[in-house]
Amino acid sequence: MAGSFALSSGASFAADLDVKDWQAVLAKAKGQTVYFHAWGGGDRINAYIDWAGQQVADRYGVTVKHVKVSDTANVVSQIIAEKAAGKEEGGSVDLVWINGENFASLKEKGLLLPMSWAPDLPNYQYADIDGKPTLTTDFTIPTDGLESPWGMAQLSFYYDSAITTDLPKSAAELLDWAKKNPGRFAYPKPPDFIGSTFLKQLALELAEDPAVLSSEATDATYQPVADKLFAYLDELHPHLWRQAKAFPDNVSSLKNLLADGETEIAFTFNPSDASASIANQELPDTVRSFTFEGGTIGNSHFVAIPFNANAKAGALVLADFLLSPEAQAVKQDPQVWGDPTVLNIASLSAKDKARFEALDLGIATLKPEEFGPALSEPHASWLTRFEADWTKRYAVQ
Amino acid sequence: MSSRTTLIAPAVALILMLGPILAGLAGSLAPAFGWLPVLGGDAVTLDPFRALFATAGLGKSIMLSLAAGLVTTLIALLITIGLLGAWSGTAFFRWIERLVSPLLSIPHAATALGFAFLLAPSGWLTRMISPDLSGWSRPPDWIFPHDGLGLAMIAGLATKELPFLLLVSLAALPQVNPRRHANVARTLGYGPMSAWIYAVWPRLYAQIRLPVFAVIAYATSVVDVALILGPTNPPTLAVQLTRWMSDPDLEYRFLASAGAILQLAVTLFALLLWWVGEKLTGRLFRHLAVSGARFQQDLLLRGAAAMATIAAVLVMVLGLAGMGLWSIAGLWRFPDAFPATLSMRSWERQATMMGDPLINSVLIGSLATLIALVVTIACLESENRSRRKTSRRSLMLLYVPLIVPQVAFLFGLQLLFLLGGSAHSLPTLVLSHLIFVLPYIFLSLADPWRSLDPRYAQLAASLGCGPWVAFLRLRLPMLLRPILTAAAVGFAVSIGQYLPTLLIGGGRWDTITTEAVALSAGGNRRLIGVYALVQMALPFAGFLLATALPALVFRNRRDMKPVHG
Repeated sequence: MAGSFALSSGASFAADLDVKDWQAVLAKAKGQTVYFHAWGGGDRINAYIDWAGQQVADRYGVTVKHVKVSDTANVVSQIIAEKAAGKEEGGSVDLVWINGENFASLKEKGLLLPMSWAPDLPNYQYADIDGKPTLTTDFTIPTDGLESPWGMAQLSFYYDSAITTDLPKSAAELLDWAKKNPGRFAYPKPPDFIGSTFLKQLALELAEDPAVLSSEATDATYQPVADKLFAYLDELHPHLWRQAKAFPDNVSSLKNLLADGETEIAFTFNPSDASASIANQELPDTVRSFTFEGGTIGNSHFVAIPFNANAKAGALVLADFLLSPEAQAVKQDPQVWGDPTVLNIASLSAKDKARFEALDLGIATLKPEEFGPALSEPHASWLTRFEADWTKRYAVQ
Repeated sequence: MSSRTTLIAPAVALILMLGPILAGLAGSLAPAFGWLPVLGGDAVTLDPFRALFATAGLGKSIMLSLAAGLVTTLIALLITIGLLGAWSGTAFFRWIERLVSPLLSIPHAATALGFAFLLAPSGWLTRMISPDLSGWSRPPDWIFPHDGLGLAMIAGLATKELPFLLLVSLAALPQVNPRRHANVARTLGYGPMSAWIYAVWPRLYAQIRLPVFAVIAYATSVVDVALILGPTNPPTLAVQLTRWMSDPDLEYRFLASAGAILQLAVTLFALLLWWVGEKLTGRLFRHLAVSGARFQQDLLLRGAAAMATIAAVLVMVLGLAGMGLWSIAGLWRFPDAFPATLSMRSWERQATMMGDPLINSVLIGSLATLIALVVTIACLESENRSRRKTSRRSLMLLYVPLIVPQVAFLFGLQLLFLLGGSAHSLPTLVLSHLIFVLPYIFLSLADPWRSLDPRYAQLAASLGCGPWVAFLRLRLPMLLRPILTAAAVGFAVSIGQYLPTLLIGGGRWDTITTEAVALSAGGNRRLIGVYALVQMALPFAGFLLATALPALVFRNRRDMKPVHG
């Protein structure tokens, strides 16, 4: 049933727009306005999207409006509401910045453009599909060409080297460190994205057999992992910032706490966040990064087109531009955003390679070889259970 | 004008304000009982309420909402009484009086952010006294804001509501003849404060009772301030149900709708408790008044009232100054009292990004204000011509949009607009702002309009001028000043709207306020500072225009100069 629905809409879409015929896409996109729903909490990110929009307007005549979202879940909710109200055409979201859970939820409910389009984008040929497995499986869910890669991420920690000298290199050491430095570590309250990532990192490290996390959680596989995770958290919480009676909101509050000297160790999913924040005068230039020796969670983020997008061709053109070597190189510059590229640098032309080689990644960014292995995200079902249990145990005091 | 046409304006006003609220409430009520066929809810059931009452921490959320409503209002009202009773007519009071309008134009979210910037453990105050006075080289580990009892939230809200209650009291005072009543009590040997409280306060309170109710209702259901200053585990009911409403899992919409109905009940319960409190205090005071105690020594109380007022004003002004400083700060580490370097970079960067949000804010605000002004003036003019005064009951209706919690009907309204296919359009967005702008404009303009001496119009009529001439050449110019002030109030209300702009505008209509909230999610204080200042500058510009224009228009009309009492 779902399959036949997908097939028929896909066919009708394909009838009026063939991604393989890129000239036709460009022609159709000209004059369209693309509403790009993307998190709007970072001024450098906003400025980058603004820049990309201007490029696309100059080159292809596509107007980009950045709808600044405070939580991507709201976008999912909006698309669902439109579906519920029977709005099959002319939806309000043309392109959405997305990953993991929200992608899983949109894909499962059939709320994305029901056809594989990403691999047909001209710039997709440079994407590092072989070297970066997370480009085709987002939180263990196959992307099936329903979303186009935009950036890479790996969990990394940072600290002020003028204040902190002893660094924990694993979850177990982090617990000891927190006991020795009460009130100087915090993690954001799940379901905040980075807070949830921290839970997943702990679960992967603490599990007897981390391999079980890569398939759907069952009652039998879940309980032993959860027991270890929550035993750890029970022990950690009394030593956290505000004794875990209050939690920071998100990755930015975490950074503010470190900047204010309230905490000593913070973490981020964007490896050059610390360097970029130094450049932005948000952090002192004595801040440095470190990571766990056993590796940390890594993943990719994407852009996707909802089933009822109004400017589908324009959205394709924007997605392709975001994937271009030029746009990716500008994005990786810590002075601009500092988000690691999804491209395979070796496959680029000499001119494009030079763009990446010229980048100064910044003093507080770890080099690729300093990172431990990138651990895969657990199957999306694990986090749903972790979050429910977390809320039950800690959200009311 | 025939009696039928004179009824049109009030009817339009009521439809504009109450229509969307009733429709929205219906839109919330149906899913609360499980009925929303498009989402697969096609049976009337109590399941959403069962799920709601099974939510962990719900009782505490409700208590927090009640405390936010009642304690906040009590504190703000006590300071208002103290200030008016102890300091009316003094230089100190005139100084506060001048500050009221600018303080009122600071948006709630900006006040709350300023409050947090100032009073957090690593805030400006501790920075000023650290490390020399406090001995702290690192910020202390206090839970403030976000403390479990909601003290930060209550203090922040009370600070913000004080100027509002002061303003409505100042507007109402001339009608209750305070000096004469207080003097009579003074001659009977009562101390200055007790004389005022016994003789003037009951009369004044009768006049400002509805605005007090509006404050209670607002504070029980506020979302942005509770997010910034309130407890997190669990948060207040309004914050909780806003989260459910934006959950990607659509099942939560049923829970959220039930929560919206509960929010309405909690707000009404808070009003009921207040009403009971009114009766009890009234009885207590009647008892005290005949007891013979005259409280002649009230210096301590007078001092406390002044201190509390000064503290509230200082917190607001310093909070704002702190945000201004952050907006131009380079690196600013604890415990430095001032940033190590200053830079205009945040302003320069944002200047290019602010165009659309500024235009949208001004466009939506101006349209809503203009429509509300026309409707209000039509209502008041039809009153003039039909010689019928609006009854007390219809005045209650004006307060309905201010008393029904936004979250209780906006989600329902959003769903209705979506189903009707008109969501995200400018007219629906302006309509959603109008719900809140119209009552404020009506309340600001009604008293000055009604108190214009009718003999002017009688004189005009005796000279053979029709009602339109009296309206266009007499009432409009003579009332230009209050009309513009009302417009400034309405514009300020529109600028501050976050939830309606977000929900009804569907993210398509960036305003300075939606931008400010999106950026505050990013936690960058330099940006928050920039946007909070701009967010405050807009309504402030409105108030400035409202004062400057009449001065310009009437520059050669001596008797149209503002009267300073």
